[in-house]
This record gives sequence, C-alpha cells and structure tokens, in this order.
Amino acid sequence: MKVWKYGDDINTDMLFPGKYTYSCSTAEEIKPHLLEDLDPEFSGNVAEEDIVFAGKNFGCGSSREQPVVGLKAVGVQAIVAKSFARIFYRAAINQGLLLVECADAVDAYKEGDEVQLDAEAGQVKVGDQTFSFPKLPPEILAIRNAGGLLPYTREALKKTKA
Amino acid sequence: MGKTFAEKVLARKSGQPEVVPGQIVIVQPDHLLTHDNTAAIVGKIKGDLEQFGVARPDMPVIVLDHVIPAASEKTATNHQTARSFVSAHKLPNFFDVGTGVCHQVIVEKGLAMPGSVIVGSDSHTCSYGALGVFSTGIDRTEAAALLLRGETWLRVPETIKITLTGKLKPPVSAKDLVLSIIGDIGADGASYSAVEFHGNIGSLSVEERFTIANMGVEMGAKIAAFPVDDIAKKYFASIGIKESDYDAVWADDDAAYLKELTYDMGKIEPVVALPHTVDNVKPVGEVKGIEMRQFLLGTCTNGRLGDLEAAADILEGKTVAEGARLLVLPASRDVFEAALERGVITRLSRAGGLVLPPGCGPCLGAHQGALAPGERCLSTANRNFKGRMGCKEAEIYLASPQTVAASAIHGKLVDPRKEVTA
Repeated sequence: MKVWKYGDDINTDMLFPGKYTYSCSTAEEIKPHLLEDLDPEFSGNVAEEDIVFAGKNFGCGSSREQPVVGLKAVGVQAIVAKSFARIFYRAAINQGLLLVECADAVDAYKEGDEVQLDAEAGQVKVGDQTFSFPKLPPEILAIRNAGGLLPYTREALKKTKA
Repeated sequence: MGKTFAEKVLARKSGQPEVVPGQIVIVQPDHLLTHDNTAAIVGKIKGDLEQFGVARPDMPVIVLDHVIPAASEKTATNHQTARSFVSAHKLPNFFDVGTGVCHQVIVEKGLAMPGSVIVGSDSHTCSYGALGVFSTGIDRTEAAALLLRGETWLRVPETIKITLTGKLKPPVSAKDLVLSIIGDIGADGASYSAVEFHGNIGSLSVEERFTIANMGVEMGAKIAAFPVDDIAKKYFASIGIKESDYDAVWADDDAAYLKELTYDMGKIEPVVALPHTVDNVKPVGEVKGIEMRQFLLGTCTNGRLGDLEAAADILEGKTVAEGARLLVLPASRDVFEAALERGVITRLSRAGGLVLPPGCGPCLGAHQGALAPGERCLSTANRNFKGRMGCKEAEIYLASPQTVAASAIHGKLVDPRKEVTA
C-alpha cells in the first residue's frame, strides 16, 4: 500500500485533462490519463489499496466524474484530504469511493508513515496517531454501501416498479 | 427566525414547512441539464432506460454545445447518440448544435424559472442563480440516476450573504467584482455554501448578474443567487415570460447567515486571475505588460451582448496587435444575431476578431483555439487551470471583456481605463 501525497486545490483538469472529456469515458480509457498533468508517475504505478492524501479543496473545478471513476477503477482505497469540492464529493459517493475529510490526519502524515483506514468506525491511523472523521448521514451512506448510485437506483426502481 | 433563499426553495420543493442547514432533503428538480455528455450518461443506463424509461420526460434539458460542430467521428457519434435518445424518449427540451452554450440557452428558452430547482452535469449550472433559480452542478452518474428516477437528495446549505454597495465604474465590470471576491475568500471560500447577493443589485444588469453567478462554483459555492427585482422581471418579459408564470423566492431580512461580507463596487478596479488558479487575483496595474498571444472574448461567463459590445467599443478604430489573435465566442445564436443586428460582430471582425460558432469551444481545450507550449491566453472565461486550453505548458489569465479588448490592441496585459481615456 502506497500513499500518494499532493497539495491544495488539486483541480479536475490536473486529475483528468479536459481535452479528453469527450473522447474517454470508460474506466479503461480514463486510466492512462489519470493525474496526467499533476503527477506523470501516478497512472503507471498506482496499485490496489493505495491511498491519496491531499490538502484543501481537492477536486475543485469541473463536474467531470472521470477522476473519480478512474481512481475507483485503479483500486484506490480512499482519498484523505483537508476538504473536498462539493461536486467531486458527491461524485465519489455516487461511485462508491471513500473520501475522508480530516485535516489533522493530512497534517500529521510524514513520508513513510503507515496509514490504516476504518470506514465503519470513522477512523484513520497515521503512524502511531489515530484521528476520527465524520461519517456520512445514513441515507447517503446507503448509496455508497450499495456500491454507488446506479446499483442503488436500480434496487429502488425494482422495489417501486415491481 | 427568518429563512435564507436556499432554505425557502428547498423547503417548498421537498414539501416541508421548513428546513435547516445540514438537513438532507429529497427533491424532484424542475430540470436536469446535460450537454454533449448526454451520450456518456445514457451509455451508463442503456438497459435500464429500455426497462424503466425516462421518469419525467419534461425534466431533461439537453443542449449540444461542448464540441460543436463535431471535431471527430467520436464527438459526432456522441451527438448522434444524444439525438437518438431524445427522439426515442420524445423529450421536448432539446437544442441542437448551434443554439448556444447550455447555460445561456436554458435561460433564453424560458426554462430557468425563479424559485425552481435545476441540477446539471456541468459545474457552471450555478449561473441561473442570476435569476433567482436554485441551480447547481452534479456528476454524470447522478444525471443518469435522475433520468431513471426523477428525484435526488440535496443537503440544505449554509448561506454567505454578500452585500454590494456603490456602483461599478466602467470600464470596471462585474467580472472584476467577482474575481475580486474570489481572490479575497479563495477558491474554497464558499465551499458547500449558498451565496446570496444583496444591496445595490439594481445597478447590475441581468448580464452582469450572470457573470457573477457563473463564477459561484469558482469560490466553491453550491449556488450563487440574486433576488428577482424589476430588472429581472423586465428580462423575463423580454423573452415572453409573465410574472404570473413564476413564483419568485427571496431571503427574509432576519435570515441566519454563516458569514456576511460587504463590497463597495465603486472601489473595485480591473483585476486579473493569474495562472493556474482562479483565486490568484491581482490588480491589472500590478502585472501589466505581460505578453499574450491569444485573447478569448465570450463563453458562458462573458459572451453576452453587453460583453461583446463593451469590447467592440474599446476596439473601435483599432486592431488586434500583430502576432496576437482574438477569438470571439458568443454565448448563443440569439446573442450572435443581436450582435449582428447591432453591428457589433462587424466591428469585432474589422478589429481582427475571429468569430467562432456559439458553443464552449476553446474554453475547455477539446478543440478550437487550443494553445501551444509557452503561449499565454487572456480570457474572459471562468477557469485558468493548468492544461485547461489543451496544453499544460501554456498559461491562462482571466479578466473582463474590457481588459481583454484593451489588451488585445497591445498584445499584452493593459488596464482598460488607460485605453478608454486614450
């Protein structure tokens, strides 16, 4: 498990350049361009269970969801940031990607620290320090727990239209 | 205790007597806006659409605007997919290539009504707050789910109140005002929040309000709203919408706010957002002289008649500097035609401007007007992120139409106040 650490205001163009928005939409098409203008090392080296750490306002900018779809597809376990832009935050819920808003954990992280996440308990361990983060309201958690908004919606439709 | 604009709209739409910030409510948005991304959205739910259909066919508003006319087989096929979807499900609100940028079209066609809720799979959906609409951006997956279900959840936001006093002094414009606010509070200064504009709103045209509301997302806001006053009502009347057709909502005087700010518009000066963040704002005077190769006038932020006309006035009798290029991007066909009739397009063209079809064009770097490594562009758009105009080794600077026009004459950043008095 590797931690990828970035700064403040990481925007959607850095996560996935706008010039690809109408030519790449599937996870396979997105993957090679993930974080292309931010960190050229990322897409070739990211592995299952890796965690992204970042500063404030992560994911600001466009409503494009390719960054979230791509990060989920490559198996990123969670993004831990000081704060997230709202459309990105919503997109992560809708793709079932865990976002952890915890400024103290981001400040505490030093290169080489081991990081452990417990989404159920709402806790993140950085080195030997443990931090709590707020859990989502139950009605929203249900969307993430269903594996994202589309599986959740299909379940709901089957119930009402059955 | 009084209620904010957001609290009132969301209470009404969710059928509750009142709501409080932080509460999750379920709403049926009046409209769902999608554009070229319609193809990707319906691609996610092909089988579901066959099984369940579109929940509320009058809800989707589809405008093809992002890569128009199509630049490749792929983008042409996207447009074709959107058209097939529209005809298969008999969707009434479809606007094909050439009508304009979605954020201008939805308003011109009378679909953005005061007091309504609009969500759109485009971050600048916040623009219609200019006309008292609760409008905000969502992702593609959520748009897909909305097509199937017709409803979604929204968190009731806290609200920041910005009171505007005084008057802007032309050629200082609404763009300078909103960039100044973003420079002060930061790109996340209004995260998750609603922003309400109060005070001397009557001194701002509807177009100027659009410029300000459009940039709401650049301060992290969920919505950016203005009251529906006589000027807004007059605008609606001009597009054939009567006062009895809508039910406008505005905040109570004693509503509770997260934060309150005041701006004296008379003290705003021409500013520019430097690369690569929108909150990296400096007075033009402090950074004047930076050479620019490309100038972009237009977009959903500043592509309306008043914007084009203000630029044409500054360019009158002058031409774009040698070695520089000026791209003109009207926000819609209606804007383009109005500008044609008033001679604005002729004046911009004679000054050396290249008029592009009304769409998103260079703003997102997907086709027309891309930049080369080392080039700088001074743009009236809303975003200057690295790589946004197709090249990560290029730089984008954001400013008003007046600053772009004045600077285009010199091929470098200049204060428009100097050009106007020269």
